[in-house]
Amino acid sequence: MMKKNNNKLLGVVATVVMAIVSLIALFPIISIVLSSFIPSASLMRNGISFSFPWDELTLSNYTYIFTQSAEYWTWYGNSLWISALMIVLSLFFSSMVGYALAMYDFKGSNIFFVAVVFILMVPFEILMLPLFQLMIDMTLIDTYLGVILPGVVAPVAVFFFRQYALGLPKELMDAARIDGSTEYGIFFKIMLPLMGPSLAAMAILQGLGSWNNFLWPLLVLRSNDMFTLPLGLATLLTPYGNNYDVLIAGSVMTIIPIVILFFFFQRYFISGLTVGGVKG
Amino acid sequence: MNTVTPVSPVRTRKKQNKFLRFLNSKKVVPFVFISPFVLSLLLFTVYPAIQGVIMSFQSVLPGQVEFIGMSNYERVFNPTFYRAVSNTTAYVVLTVLILTIIPMVLAVILNSKHVRFRTIFRASLFIPALTSTIVGGMIFRFMFSEQESAVANQLIGVFGFDPLKWMFTPWAAIGLMVMLACWRWIGVNILYFLAALQNVPDEMYEAAEIDGATRFQRFRFITMPMLKPIIIFVSTITIINGFRMFEESYVFWAVGSPGNIGLSIAAYIYQQGIQQNDMGFGAALGVVLMLIIFVISIIYLIATGTFKKGDR
Repeated sequence: MMKKNNNKLLGVVATVVMAIVSLIALFPIISIVLSSFIPSASLMRNGISFSFPWDELTLSNYTYIFTQSAEYWTWYGNSLWISALMIVLSLFFSSMVGYALAMYDFKGSNIFFVAVVFILMVPFEILMLPLFQLMIDMTLIDTYLGVILPGVVAPVAVFFFRQYALGLPKELMDAARIDGSTEYGIFFKIMLPLMGPSLAAMAILQGLGSWNNFLWPLLVLRSNDMFTLPLGLATLLTPYGNNYDVLIAGSVMTIIPIVILFFFFQRYFISGLTVGGVKG
Repeated sequence: MNTVTPVSPVRTRKKQNKFLRFLNSKKVVPFVFISPFVLSLLLFTVYPAIQGVIMSFQSVLPGQVEFIGMSNYERVFNPTFYRAVSNTTAYVVLTVLILTIIPMVLAVILNSKHVRFRTIFRASLFIPALTSTIVGGMIFRFMFSEQESAVANQLIGVFGFDPLKWMFTPWAAIGLMVMLACWRWIGVNILYFLAALQNVPDEMYEAAEIDGATRFQRFRFITMPMLKPIIIFVSTITIINGFRMFEESYVFWAVGSPGNIGLSIAAYIYQQGIQQNDMGFGAALGVVLMLIIFVISIIYLIATGTFKKGDR
């Protein structure tokens, strides 16, 4: 009897602790959303404060961003395009490779797989400058393609797809072969649809990674109207910012769509973001 | 290359058919599947990696590249580099400790059936991972701004401390970057630990309870050893990512923190290689960074016994 009560009490304490921790985790997000509804001058003057100026609530930041700031929407469009292209290309190539590694016994497949895992460990910082030089040589500086191409090689995704494809029934392939389907038909018409959940998880990993990516676009993109959202917002982040209305409301509008997506596709977000723990 | 139409057994166009059959043979198919990937891997990873090492022995100016032996490396070991290394090391040590211990404890709590609203808590802790470092860092700049009215200064004010200029105080500068990274990654690491906890059989706890083990003893002698592989995994990726840290520094000071209090090794590479256009020197820094990551990872993995056979 005592034990049961004890457990119950501990459960309550633990619930309270978790509630506090969760609030701390959400505090920055909640506070920036709230702060996007006060004049940015007020935010600059006081910072994010526990004494929130409820009497200063206004929609002016949002009216400004929707009516006056064409620049912001250019960045938004760039980010959407780049992320979409990134998802499509990297999923297409990586799923083919993961599938081939899992389903076919070919010469060197094991060595190739080890190489993929090894490449996972090469830090981007050593590739950064030569890649930058390569982009200059290929005249891909300040283009979408320059941002996307190096990221299309996604060893993490290859690894993930391989693991997933290993669990698919090989008998389906034999059955399809008897029906006269080609190997490519088997992949695109039968196996790829079966890999749906893994595609969703990787779409989220690649999409979020590219949506939030900063260092590489910072090197490749030069002109303001090619910038992605993180780059554009970073240019507004100056100590003497006179564009803080766009910065604050604009940041909120980069987070909120993702959070909404997260609530609908939580499962895929979680499996996508915990694969290999590669920083996005 | 994937526009190959299905070969129907009825239609027999000799020449075309032969080529299609070749493309469709089980020996060729996997190579078709991996070829675009291999090409891009060679072009965008293997070639730059080799080129990076070569560049580190060169002086690279537009249209004028020459080998200069070890002189880039001789310049590497300078006071600014040491500053970057010590900043980065402090950052790595702190993030590894925080991002391993706290998520582990929180995951154990979240795994208990007595705790309510577990899915809500899990989701709330995960949400920061959805923000970019830039947006997260911007929020932190407002929370840790120097005014008395900012959240951080209000909090320390409760304990009687004077308002602090967080972004311009050396220890606080490291602290800001550490907090930002931890805030964003705790939720993800909790998920790793939760997944690992699913594999700990309940019977082990029940047996221990019958033997009279206390809650702490159960954690220390059952949970911890069972979590060892995931602890090593999480701390290793945190070490590697920590040494590569760039954005956390950039978002607070761009590339010019006063007295380099926020300079990381990667930020130093960016500063020298891109901004100063000293690519050879930047490449040498990159090689040194890679060696640091490599050596530390190996030492760490040996120290934790990962390479020992039969002991996972």
